[in-house]
Amino acid sequence: MNEALERINLQIMWNRLIAVVEEQGQTLMRAAFSPIVRESGDISAGIFDLQGRMMAQAVTGTPGHINTMAAAVKHFVGIFPPETMVEGDIYLTNDPWLGSGHLNDFVLVKPCFLDGRLIGLNSCTSHLADIGGRSFGPDAADVHEEGLYIPPIKLVDAGVINDTMMKLLHANSRVPVQNEGDLYALIACCEVGEERLAGMMREFAMESLDGLAQHIIDTSREATLERIRAWPRGTWSSEMMTDGYDFEIKIAATMTIGDDSLEIDFAGSSGRSRYGINCPLTYAQAYTVFALKCIIAPDIPNNAGALEPFIVTAPEGSIMNALKPAPVVMRHVVGQLLPEAAFGCLHQAREGTVPAEGTSVLWDLSLRGGFGHHHASNQSQFAMELVHNGGTGGRPTADGLDATAYPSGVMGSQVEMTESTTPLIVWRRELRPDSGGAGKYRGGNGQVIEIGSSEEAPFQLAAALDRITYPARGRAGGQDGARGILRLSSGKPMNGKGEQDIPPDDRLWVETPGGGGYGYPAERDPAAIAADLRSGLVTK
Amino acid sequence: MARLAADIGGTFTDVALELDDGSLATSKVPTTPQAPEQGVMNGVRLALESAGVKPEEITGVIHGTTLATNALIERKGAATALICTDGFRDTLRLAYENRFDQYDVFLEKPEPLVPRHLTYPVVERMDVRGQVLIPLDESGASAIVSALREEGVEAVAIGLLHAYANPAHEQRLRDLLQAEMPDLQITLSSEVCPEMREYERLTTASCNAYVQPLMARYLTALDGELKAFGITSPMLMMTSGGGVCALETAIRYPIRLVESGPSGGAILAATVAAERGEAEVLSYDMGGTTAKICLIDDATPQTARTFEIARAARFMKGSGLPVRIPVIEMIEIGAGGGSIARLDTLNRITVGPDSTGSEPGPVCYGHGGTDAAVTDADLALGRLDPDGFADGRMTLDVQASHNAIGEHVATPLGLEPLDGALGISEVVDENMANAARVHAVERGKDLRHRTMIAFGGAGPLHACRMAEKLAIPRVVIPHDPGVGSAVGFLRAPIAYEVIRSRYMTVSDFDLEAVNDVFAGLGREARDIVRQGAPDAELTEKRTCFMRYLGQGHEIEVAVSDGDLQAGENERLAASYNEEYARLFRRAVPGMDIEILGWKVVVSAQSPALATDQSDENPHEAEPAGRRLLVDPAAGKSAEAAAYDRKNLRPGASFRGPCVLFEGQTTTVVTGGYDGRIDRFGHIVLERRQEANP
Repeated sequence: MNEALERINLQIMWNRLIAVVEEQGQTLMRAAFSPIVRESGDISAGIFDLQGRMMAQAVTGTPGHINTMAAAVKHFVGIFPPETMVEGDIYLTNDPWLGSGHLNDFVLVKPCFLDGRLIGLNSCTSHLADIGGRSFGPDAADVHEEGLYIPPIKLVDAGVINDTMMKLLHANSRVPVQNEGDLYALIACCEVGEERLAGMMREFAMESLDGLAQHIIDTSREATLERIRAWPRGTWSSEMMTDGYDFEIKIAATMTIGDDSLEIDFAGSSGRSRYGINCPLTYAQAYTVFALKCIIAPDIPNNAGALEPFIVTAPEGSIMNALKPAPVVMRHVVGQLLPEAAFGCLHQAREGTVPAEGTSVLWDLSLRGGFGHHHASNQSQFAMELVHNGGTGGRPTADGLDATAYPSGVMGSQVEMTESTTPLIVWRRELRPDSGGAGKYRGGNGQVIEIGSSEEAPFQLAAALDRITYPARGRAGGQDGARGILRLSSGKPMNGKGEQDIPPDDRLWVETPGGGGYGYPAERDPAAIAADLRSGLVTK
Repeated sequence: MARLAADIGGTFTDVALELDDGSLATSKVPTTPQAPEQGVMNGVRLALESAGVKPEEITGVIHGTTLATNALIERKGAATALICTDGFRDTLRLAYENRFDQYDVFLEKPEPLVPRHLTYPVVERMDVRGQVLIPLDESGASAIVSALREEGVEAVAIGLLHAYANPAHEQRLRDLLQAEMPDLQITLSSEVCPEMREYERLTTASCNAYVQPLMARYLTALDGELKAFGITSPMLMMTSGGGVCALETAIRYPIRLVESGPSGGAILAATVAAERGEAEVLSYDMGGTTAKICLIDDATPQTARTFEIARAARFMKGSGLPVRIPVIEMIEIGAGGGSIARLDTLNRITVGPDSTGSEPGPVCYGHGGTDAAVTDADLALGRLDPDGFADGRMTLDVQASHNAIGEHVATPLGLEPLDGALGISEVVDENMANAARVHAVERGKDLRHRTMIAFGGAGPLHACRMAEKLAIPRVVIPHDPGVGSAVGFLRAPIAYEVIRSRYMTVSDFDLEAVNDVFAGLGREARDIVRQGAPDAELTEKRTCFMRYLGQGHEIEVAVSDGDLQAGENERLAASYNEEYARLFRRAVPGMDIEILGWKVVVSAQSPALATDQSDENPHEAEPAGRRLLVDPAAGKSAEAAAYDRKNLRPGASFRGPCVLFEGQTTTVVTGGYDGRIDRFGHIVLERRQEANP
């Protein structure tokens, strides 16, 4: 076969590899128990060469795993050198600094064998519903209060599941059976991946992954660099304030575009919080790189080569590089705002490329009732995460999206499902008119949600919400989006962070933030204004 | 005596007429979008004339159409309003609060069919058990009536929270509106989709309302034309679920008619599977714009309860509107004969999802097309006879294909056009194979021991190579592969499926409630099937949808017949665990199981199979000629035999690489497969032993 046809063949093998990781991801989602996984795709799956370089990664519901998995597998290769790997092994950790930023994310790595020879590695990550600790809220003082901490260990040793580990996990969770189910799903995901990878290599008569890995990584790196080089060289910086918990947080970013890299450094940002909203660096990198890729190279598949030119750093001890044992469970509250900092820099480098600021942080309502000292004798026990969103920022050529997740890719909760599995009644869920910032292209609107209980008992919200003090800012002359509102229906304000009670005779009232507008409102197309008025989404 | 089937597609209307002896007469005429019934009548007249059959001899008419689908894709339905529970005006717009493409910051989400200003809240509220939390405020109805009149609304969907659990408020509102506006078409969410999850239920109700006026007009007109022509047998309609229903049902629930053409194709594949005794099948239907892939076990196509209609962006999951109706589950990808090939920014060959369509079509048609399409690649590779395309009515321009492939693909890569053509064909085959793989894993199925049944204009050209990639040992190309869907209509059972949500767990099983639900569902489905099959013997199949408490994906499990007895819950749990372990390797011990919904399918006996078969008399087939053919595995061109399918008798055998041409398509056999004609006249390709990967 000539060289050119060989290249087409490499392309076909590359496509196949992507299909293999998508298949791994699907297996995981279908078998998962944790609601955030099955409804929202909070997982990832990837294939790696023997050096631990990521060759392909499934596109899933959340960008929080994008870099983290690539970095995690390198750690595993260091701890379990290839010469010690045995067929049937699977390794596990939930270390937030090695894995995906909080203890709930379990990372598995499996060495893959073909006819008895080690050929590569695969990995998958999934969010387990409960691993003990103070449960899903930001109030822990350190990571040890946040649950069971598992360093890199052998979960499966030459095909035999580590029974001690399973017992420990079982004993350290409020939902042990679900956790066990989720862990089985992860194991199945690894096994399917190995089987398909071996099948693919047999079909294409491949001896090793090296040639294909080199091709994928080189091609992707070069293509990414070409995109970066199409931007001006230089250094730009941006700053923003966010609500924080114990103090308001400054996010400062400096971006440098050079010939061979695009670097973002968060020097000048606030130090770590005493509460669980801190980011391990690996998670901060994931969201920052995701935002950069969205603008600069959205179509280049994720792999070690495509990620290499993006370099994200932050000073040790800053809130985006919080060191162990900082509490980190709600790290998304800060991590999901980092794309805004990246966009702020990109906008200065080249106008018209990025949207105005949006809500960015999920309005994830972690609700519980019937546990602990709140327990009333006739009250049902429930724990539910309702996933909701505010508006996204107005874009250089179009309005922002109403109540839509970005940068996260998760799906929102439906009222009838919520009411079928909890005693809650959702009394209102509709768009929040006038909340999108005015602009030539207006920001997306937030939504209004009102929730009560059908029982004569209080329930609790463990809040980790943002953009209540600091709104999503408009860009290029656009106005700010509306701030988020969290209160009781009776009018009493609530805090954006921390666990709080909703009394039985009252309801929770939530207004999610609007996105910022893009461009001067005076330049808005009169037809768009008329359409807004007719729809009732703009009333003034 | 003869039975008639008509399938309206985007470009052509196909008619198949089955005579008493099992033989088929077919016709293919242009679709007439302004008055589609005219195209059908043209095709019907042609088919009847060619077979010498009189209208009054027709004993059955089955019809399928893409009209509802097209109206939804092109947004050409009625001015539609939605009435919702106060406080929930934006259910359609909020959708899933997500973006269908993770990396696309600039995407637009599909606009709801009902604009916000035509969405009218009423004060009322049911809870999850169907208890009234807030009574219906009937005084709201008159204001809505005047608004509907003022806005010129033709159709209304009523979609209230938890209406699947108690439809009383929806029904009362309908009565109030209908009293004031007798001509208004009204869809109740509790009737069209009595299932939990408000976004999908309201989307389904609004889609149904949106196409209802149009479909009612069209179906009534066609029914009139057929009667005037002298066909007195009642017309039955093909549904997306693979069964046929009476005209009245179709007019009431037109949303169930979407994708009826492709479901006819799946029924054809299921029929071929049954007659050949193929237990595990992959049905593969490739036309001009898309390829459809469906899994068929034991001659029964996989079914699903949600279908995403009108996907906007590159057939991407999530870019359309989810409707909750019974469908034959298939994946559709933008890969057809007209799919356009080009290079992406990484200099990789991409194919589709956009298509040159039939006009201007691939470059080789010579109708002014400039983009290199899959058909151009097939022509360059020697798979198509330039003089024998479309029953010999068209001559293809080989040189034009070479030039276009060179310009858009090969030359920039430093390749010869022929290598570029091979690249295009390999990429499109790989794309389809990958889609099939991911689809199979989503359904927990393995493809490697399946038989592929391939049809559609482009299916037989690509089937063998795809099978090679999927390690599929056997490929069947049925006779008349070009009008597969219409032939499938003739084999579809009269059937109706209904589902109702009623939540419970296995540990908290309410036997009486389940018996009530099944009694109601059975009655509803039987009434509907009776309209199309007044005297036939009916069968009833019951299932429920189960999952471990807290899981997201349900598994369908069979429920016992008749009045359910104590212990049914334990039986269901055992079946569920068994099926779960089969899909995911291990059951999860100690986990409670929840049941979300209950389903009944009532069907009348399927029409008897035609027995057009002869004995296989093994002999070597006689080639009609030889041509230069590029075999993908070898990567270079060599002389290969070309057979004329119409001259091949059962038992005729041949070795790949070779081609078999016929009026509307060509079957390509790669070097790894041998073939023969079976006793039904189907082409059967078997992987050669040494070719095992």
